[in-house]
Amino acid sequence: MSSITDRALGIHPQALAVAAKRVELLAANIANADTPNFKARDIDFRAALAQASGQQGMALATTRQGHISTGSGQPGGPAEMMYRVPNHAALDGNTVDSQLEHAAFAENAVRYQASLDFINSRINGLRKALKGE
Amino acid sequence: MNLGKIFHISGSALSAQSTRLNTIASNLANADTAASTPEAVYRARHPVFAATLEQATAGAGPQAQSAPGVRVTGIVESQAPPVARHDPGNPLADENGYVYLPAINTVEQMADMISASRSYSSSVEVLSTTRDLMLRTLQLGRG
Repeated sequence: MSSITDRALGIHPQALAVAAKRVELLAANIANADTPNFKARDIDFRAALAQASGQQGMALATTRQGHISTGSGQPGGPAEMMYRVPNHAALDGNTVDSQLEHAAFAENAVRYQASLDFINSRINGLRKALKGE
Repeated sequence: MNLGKIFHISGSALSAQSTRLNTIASNLANADTAASTPEAVYRARHPVFAATLEQATAGAGPQAQSAPGVRVTGIVESQAPPVARHDPGNPLADENGYVYLPAINTVEQMADMISASRSYSSSVEVLSTTRDLMLRTLQLGRG
């Protein structure tokens, strides 16, 4: 992607990518609602977005090998998946809360659509600027 | 960014849940199937679900973290002992006048069926939402 479109679209392509990854995880959680011993997973949207856009914020530098790493990797790398803390334990070891996953899925879908709309309007703006209307 | 994987994940869930519905239908249909010997009695079938390990193909490291689908690893037969019923008039009755029926709890099976159908519709909903998102992504910049 050239730098002009990169700058014009802002953070939204990254947000889109993170939301897409999250759609996948939440779909898997919902799909495995009846699988014994399945542990629901999710990513922290804020942290994943910060990582995807290369803004690590206040990261601690590790200067020796024995130091504990604070970040989840390099900027642009895959987001760290975390396990959901279950509200109630199922006897078969499954930690999927169907209601919670559905709510998260719906919220994430709206987030995705919002990013799409933003990108769309930026593209239209760019197009108008290029045409000189 | 790959929304296409979701079709695989939710599709595997649909397939697993329909297997479950199939076995439940079979159990309910055969709840009253009598037999002459305890060995010949129909046994309730239950599918065993497991998360698919797609990490195996993706290799090691954080890149390997991917969302799992559902796989039916097998169908187990219930080990519950058959119920003997005294029914001398039945042509299938043995010399003591007993017929043997499978130990299937119809209420349990119905509850299981409702659970399976709820899970099925959940995955359908996920699929249709994802399809909408994908179509909107494809239309990016068109208007």
